[in-house]
Amino acid sequence: MTTNAVETRPVAPAPAADEPPRRPKKAQRAWDEVPRWQIYLPLSIYLVFTLVPFYWILLFALRPAGSTSLVPWPMTFEHFEKVWTERSFGTYFENSVYVGIATLVMTTLVALAGGYALARFDFKIKRGFMLALLCSQFVPGALLLVPLFQIFAELSMINSLGSVIIAETVFQLPLSMILISNFIKNVPYSLEEAAWVDGCSRFRAFVTIVLPLLRPGLIAVGSFAFVHSWNHFLFALMFLSNQEKQTIPVGLNTLLSADSVDLGALAAGGIIAAVPVVVVFAFIQKWLITGFSAGAVKG
Amino acid sequence: MAQAAAVAKKPAPPRRRRGSATPRRLPYLLIAPAALLMLGFIAYPVISVFYYSLQDYNPTKPWRNGFAGLDNFVHAFTEDPLFWDTLVFSAKWVVVEVGLQLMFGLALALIVNQTFVGRAIGRALVFSPWAVSGVLTSAIWVLLYNSQTGITRYLADLGIGEYGTSWLSDTSTVFSAVVVADLWRGVPFFAILILADLQSVSKDLYEAAEVDGASRVQQFLHITLPHLKDAIILSTLLRAVWEFNNVDLLYTLTGGGPAGETTTLPLYVANTSVDAHNFGYASALTTVAFVILLFFSIVYLRLSKFGGDNK
Repeated sequence: MTTNAVETRPVAPAPAADEPPRRPKKAQRAWDEVPRWQIYLPLSIYLVFTLVPFYWILLFALRPAGSTSLVPWPMTFEHFEKVWTERSFGTYFENSVYVGIATLVMTTLVALAGGYALARFDFKIKRGFMLALLCSQFVPGALLLVPLFQIFAELSMINSLGSVIIAETVFQLPLSMILISNFIKNVPYSLEEAAWVDGCSRFRAFVTIVLPLLRPGLIAVGSFAFVHSWNHFLFALMFLSNQEKQTIPVGLNTLLSADSVDLGALAAGGIIAAVPVVVVFAFIQKWLITGFSAGAVKG
Repeated sequence: MAQAAAVAKKPAPPRRRRGSATPRRLPYLLIAPAALLMLGFIAYPVISVFYYSLQDYNPTKPWRNGFAGLDNFVHAFTEDPLFWDTLVFSAKWVVVEVGLQLMFGLALALIVNQTFVGRAIGRALVFSPWAVSGVLTSAIWVLLYNSQTGITRYLADLGIGEYGTSWLSDTSTVFSAVVVADLWRGVPFFAILILADLQSVSKDLYEAAEVDGASRVQQFLHITLPHLKDAIILSTLLRAVWEFNNVDLLYTLTGGGPAGETTTLPLYVANTSVDAHNFGYASALTTVAFVILLFFSIVYLRLSKFGGDNK
């Protein structure tokens, strides 16, 4: 029925996973359509599962304390005001923004340099370095809390956002570098060489020719770094004991672990935590799948 | 000069600006920042974990610190029932979570890969929990599972279940409760990766299969699944390691309770070091976890054919 689909490019019919086969009526069309209900029914059920929790937190954030109404009406912003000032989410938010942006910048720059070396050169320790990158993806930060704490204590960086920024960057690096080197490999080397012939330095050729082509990949990697450091909380919990320095996830954890949880404040705090992530993803969504399929598939 | 640059895949540029590094040194300079960071903040900590695993080390009880030999390991394997419990729970947690996430993620990817009205918004909504943090997931599900004002109250209003049911504090329901909460966030991971891979299946294959009268299930089994095989194996393995390692959700949702019912090995380590400050013992437990992870990473390297083609 809906042959006038929104999409401009028809997609080959992949079969629904758990539905019995229905013989195509006739092969007059090159690809037959899956019955609509086989798409909309499971999708709707899954969407209910996905969206009810989001609705639930919105409901608690917006309805007055003690209300049991299932719609957030009368609407109130008292929980947001309370969490932002009394529970210091304003400060936490600022700290999280610093950590997120600094991690994004550091991860992208360091991974770009390393990724370029991996994509364009053969050098002695390359194999060993790749092996180290792949293996370090298996080393969990959670298991290194104690030695990391000691290192940062040695460097007098406990209670400084720098410790969290370094730790987040380090654990983002391996994957980011592998992804970026794959993106760079997809850019033909001859483009750079042509620029050298025209008298460009290697660096300038990279910046003017390669970098613009890496945009989807860099956006994917950078937003991962940002979102990951925004969301992650163990490092901040461990390295930042001073309340002034803490980040949003630690603030949420404090609300969660209180003896009697203030549900309205928790919900409002959760929404504050989610907003930047939602904004980032709304902005980058179209690059994300491209970035993934370009970089990750051969990874 | 050009011979010196033989390390580079291609001959060096005919003219080089002054001040630029020679190609022989350039790759090392480029990986230096990453290598230094990883040496200092991954390799060194890993080695120090091995060192501390042989020590009694507790900053709150400095008088007992010192060399302990294998005592920590002996204690873990022979005297600490909690250690075995956490190992068993870790295995159960990883298998159940990854299995269900893969199943639902695959089905979901196949659905949103179809052409239908509202596909873009459908995809965005279905994928949306993916970026939600472990702590926020906990916050959301604490609200949902709350015994007084959570979903059970409204279900009870409809005559389903009883008032005051608290799924998170009952040992018989807590496992399903945390599994569902983590599924909510984890399914989109597989859905996104599989969808990305689905888009590279050649349409001609399906058309040919259709001409030959292959049913949709046959097409799935003989075209789609073989194409997805590598992506599925690798993402499953990575996800298994991730589910094993990631403690955010369990730490904040249940804290490993009730009664240690939901403590994975890494969570036990985190609790032992953060709360009990028993760093020596925590390091020994970490070493055990590393051995498990080492096994996974060897499998991963084998499967990803490391070094097989020019990666």
